[in-house]
Amino acid sequence: MIPIIGLENVSVRYRVPSERLGTFKEYAIRWLQGKVHKREFWALDNVSFTVNKGEVFGVIGSNGAGKSTMLKLIARVLRPTSGRVWVNGRVAPLLELGAGFHPELSGRENIYLNGAMLGYSRREMTEKYQRIVEFSEIGDFIDSPIRTYSSGMMTRLGFAVATDERPDILLLDEVMAVGDLSFQNKCNQRISSYRADGSSIFMVSHTMSLILEMCDRVVWLEHGKLRRIGNAVDIVEEYSEYQTSGVNNS
Amino acid sequence: MSSNRNFYYDSDTVKTSFLNELREVFNFRNFIYQLARRDILTRYKRSVLGVIWTMLNPLGMMIIMTIAFSQLFNGVEKFPLYVLSGLVTWTFFSQTTVAAMVNLVWGGSLLNRIYMPRSSFAIAAIITGIVNILISLVTYLLMAIVLKVSLTFSILLIPVPIMIIAAFSLGIGLLLSTLAVYFPDVSEMYQIILTAWMYLTPIFYPTSIYPDNLAWALTHLNPMYLILNLFRAILYEMRIPTWSEIVLPLGIAIFVLVIGWVVFTRKADEFSYRI
Repeated sequence: MIPIIGLENVSVRYRVPSERLGTFKEYAIRWLQGKVHKREFWALDNVSFTVNKGEVFGVIGSNGAGKSTMLKLIARVLRPTSGRVWVNGRVAPLLELGAGFHPELSGRENIYLNGAMLGYSRREMTEKYQRIVEFSEIGDFIDSPIRTYSSGMMTRLGFAVATDERPDILLLDEVMAVGDLSFQNKCNQRISSYRADGSSIFMVSHTMSLILEMCDRVVWLEHGKLRRIGNAVDIVEEYSEYQTSGVNNS
Repeated sequence: MSSNRNFYYDSDTVKTSFLNELREVFNFRNFIYQLARRDILTRYKRSVLGVIWTMLNPLGMMIIMTIAFSQLFNGVEKFPLYVLSGLVTWTFFSQTTVAAMVNLVWGGSLLNRIYMPRSSFAIAAIITGIVNILISLVTYLLMAIVLKVSLTFSILLIPVPIMIIAAFSLGIGLLLSTLAVYFPDVSEMYQIILTAWMYLTPIFYPTSIYPDNLAWALTHLNPMYLILNLFRAILYEMRIPTWSEIVLPLGIAIFVLVIGWVVFTRKADEFSYRI
């Protein structure tokens, strides 16, 4: 087993002003009065684990447990307050619907813009272009502005651009409800074939059936702390039990 | 390019720093190009008059100001060109600095999901500004021909002040975007500052109206005056600028750019905690 993602004693601290100081004016006044109080909030608290090559790894936990913070760390968007995160490979984040698209530009132009965001050069995008159009099944609409697209078409296009090349790590935030059933199958096929070729998948979800269906291992986060880590079946079972007992108690 | 890149990321060693950010900007040059292209395309696409608007806008302002002020300042030769050169220069500065700030906040949702050098947005705003100023300069030259001014070869030096104002605006734009990430009202405050700054810069009046005891301060302490002065030497006076007219604004522009870059890159890693 080759580790591909590593978190070592990772903590992320957000400092939230205890009162909402939205504006510079307010802040300046408070600061002059010496009254800027900040509350500390640990989104992740001393979390360590590794994800192996070819593994499908899931993160579960209730809202505010630190799941999306975790995704940000791995997408190298957020640096940990303390601890270390390392990722050995190309990460492809699946952007949520329409993020990174410009409504006035055509599908074609948006493919180039989106590809550039993922760090591809113009030449690479020209090479990918035809495949992306075919996979997304956009057809003749490719030269129409994105604002005329249905939400299904946008998601398809986004998925096609992000996954055209096999990434080492695919980041999935919640379920991607990608268009109709046949397209969903096509996406799942692509994901499984990438997996067979050695890609790892790192996913965050509230849907336990999906986690059970896809994941090998799961980490359960609670208030930023790692509560349990292990085999997907065991952890999901424990988590579900815990949740129902929590409901019963209250 | 990206396929040859090393994808190993380690939060212990990879930090946004002065040099790292430069390297990443180079790696993401296609993204910056696409961002600028997007801004330009969306501006000129939906209306047939797109390009014409960019040309007409300063022209309209010029006409209004000429009507309003040419009698008052009738000592100024070819007043329309004097105003137009001022407007073109000022518009570049105000548009690009505001766009740098707005683009970063717009990009916030992306910055939270996918890595890209944060300075891309400000740099793209400057590139868009350069395209716009080139279009406005065409208007200026047409206007000069209409007013029967004979053009000289000194006009070929125009890239020099454009580079200087681009560097200066990028520096200011980076400082502003850093502030705007922390405080949303910075953009409103900046509008007020921008208006005041515009009236303090001799765009539609000659410097001769400054009171003697303030004249030196109002000109030499205002970087935009020094830059505008250089633009006017080339565009309006149609002469080759002196060395000091180039070196002074150039020095200030580089200084502001370096400060902006240092501040921005030192804070860039915190942006995701804020946006």
